[in-house]
Amino acid sequence: MIVIRTPGGLSLRLRPRALAVGATCTLLTLAVGVLAVGHGDYPMSPADVLRTLTGGGSAAEEFIVTQLRLPRLVTALAVGAALGLAGAVFQALVRNPLGSPDVLGFTQGAATGALVVVVVGGSSTALAGSAAIGGILTGLLIYLVAWRRGVHGYRLVLVGIGMSAILTGVNGYLLTRAPLMEAARAMLWLTGSLDGRGWSDAAPLLAALAVTWPVLLACGPALRMTELGDDAASGLGVPVPRLRMLLLAAAVLLVSLSAAAAGPVSFVALTAPHLARRLTRAPGTNLLPAAIIGALIIVVADQVALRAFPSQLPVGVVTGVLGGGYLVWLLATERRAGRL
Amino acid sequence: MPTSRLGGSGLRLAYERRIVADDLTVAVPDRSFTVIIGPNACGKSTLLRALSRLLKPAAGAVLLDGEDIQRRPARAVARTLGLLPQSPTAPDGIGVAELVSRGRYPHQGLLRQWSRDDERIVAEAMAATGVADLADRLVDELSGGQRQRVWLAMALAQQTPLLLLDEPTTYLDIAHQIEVLDLCARLHEEQGRTLVAVLHDLNHAARYADHLIAMRDGRVVAAGEPGRIVTAELVEEVFGLPCRVIDDPETGTPLVIPAARSRTGTVTP
Repeated sequence: MIVIRTPGGLSLRLRPRALAVGATCTLLTLAVGVLAVGHGDYPMSPADVLRTLTGGGSAAEEFIVTQLRLPRLVTALAVGAALGLAGAVFQALVRNPLGSPDVLGFTQGAATGALVVVVVGGSSTALAGSAAIGGILTGLLIYLVAWRRGVHGYRLVLVGIGMSAILTGVNGYLLTRAPLMEAARAMLWLTGSLDGRGWSDAAPLLAALAVTWPVLLACGPALRMTELGDDAASGLGVPVPRLRMLLLAAAVLLVSLSAAAAGPVSFVALTAPHLARRLTRAPGTNLLPAAIIGALIIVVADQVALRAFPSQLPVGVVTGVLGGGYLVWLLATERRAGRL
Repeated sequence: MPTSRLGGSGLRLAYERRIVADDLTVAVPDRSFTVIIGPNACGKSTLLRALSRLLKPAAGAVLLDGEDIQRRPARAVARTLGLLPQSPTAPDGIGVAELVSRGRYPHQGLLRQWSRDDERIVAEAMAATGVADLADRLVDELSGGQRQRVWLAMALAQQTPLLLLDEPTTYLDIAHQIEVLDLCARLHEEQGRTLVAVLHDLNHAARYADHLIAMRDGRVVAAGEPGRIVTAELVEEVFGLPCRVIDDPETGTPLVIPAARSRTGTVTP
């Protein structure tokens, strides 16, 4: 722990290890991002990519980078950061390492919203919007059922599991009602994919991040206090019910809009906060590292999906396999360490 | 009449529609070690929750320095009044020093994260509770008694003139119970803080408190100095327990001896 103090009475507390991890992961993410923008039918070297990004490319390169490839990368970064942040917030709110939007049913709610548009028919903007509304409505419903009298981690997890079971059923029904072609499109969306994402897909999520990011980071210290339990946090001066409402709203917004942008990309929200905690070795909630690692996971997973297989895979397949594998490994090692 | 910074009158305390206490009036004398006792479900923990701003009274108001505690911001209250709840949870992998330093939260800000005062006060709190040499250990590794001292250190680091403790001795064996109570008594004497604790054990309460509030069915049956109010009649009225009260041979405070079986009438041959 490093402490920086100014003569004016200001003081900052920094963890060198968390800083190093954050900086390394940010650099890695950017490096993979540059490689990602260079990859495609018209390959570009990292130097070319950087030159084009700084305004020195030809008109064709300019078009390829800023209109075709950059939107996909930015969407990936935004989705990863949003899921990492939201996952860390959920885990802290529920006080349970399994408290991720995948488990709690928000993802399924967003999927239901999207599938309704698939069945009824509508543009991809309508599909994205409807996914966002589905996720937010699910959040509201879970709040009404489980949260009115203060949250208890297990009750929320159980209500969420019930909710996601119901919604999975509804989603299955909607899929059988959809025309065949549309059902195939819906299935692709449901695995989570970054294919063909343009600036218009990323815009709502970027706006949500711009609003919620500073709010969440400002709430970080208070959120860490709630790890001690509601009563202890209140005793330390945290307005717990208000904080919880604010954080829940922000996290649901982020999850819903990232589902709208890229579909329900699985396991990032669950894995990123765990990885952040392990790498930084800082106990409790680590919002900023979780966001950075979320972004890194998605960018890497998308590159794996694009390059490692003979035919392109949707990114959700890779995050599912990697994230699921990590979860199993985590459970096995925690069990051996006697913590579970 | 001693002064009182914390108290309430006409309090109706309720969870949803279930009323736990009605028209309750209490005052915590300044610089006292006040202990609230009573049988299970008498409303003593509920009263403590109301006094600590956790529970909003359905009627009446808890006043802190003459102001309705519910109308004051949580953070401002937390600089005057600290609370150690019954079962706080330590996050996985947190160290002792880091947990204690969380007691400084109400005094910190985004740009004032860790001042020299914070550092000094945390060190003092750990020294006062005898956990300084545990500073680098993980909280998970500690025994129940050590852990309770760490939580007390966190509450002390909050530096509040008033400190509320909800059953600080629960889940501890007898030696650790006495250790924690001795520590509380010392903090009360040396640092002049007002302590309010909910305790289960009447004899502990009578020995350590200098102000006792005895509750039953949401009412205050008696309040005052233990030596003055603890009588066999009071214990019978509050706990429904026939008993004798003698002088504690160690401290001279009242000591409650439950009556032998034949007098209680619960077992008939």
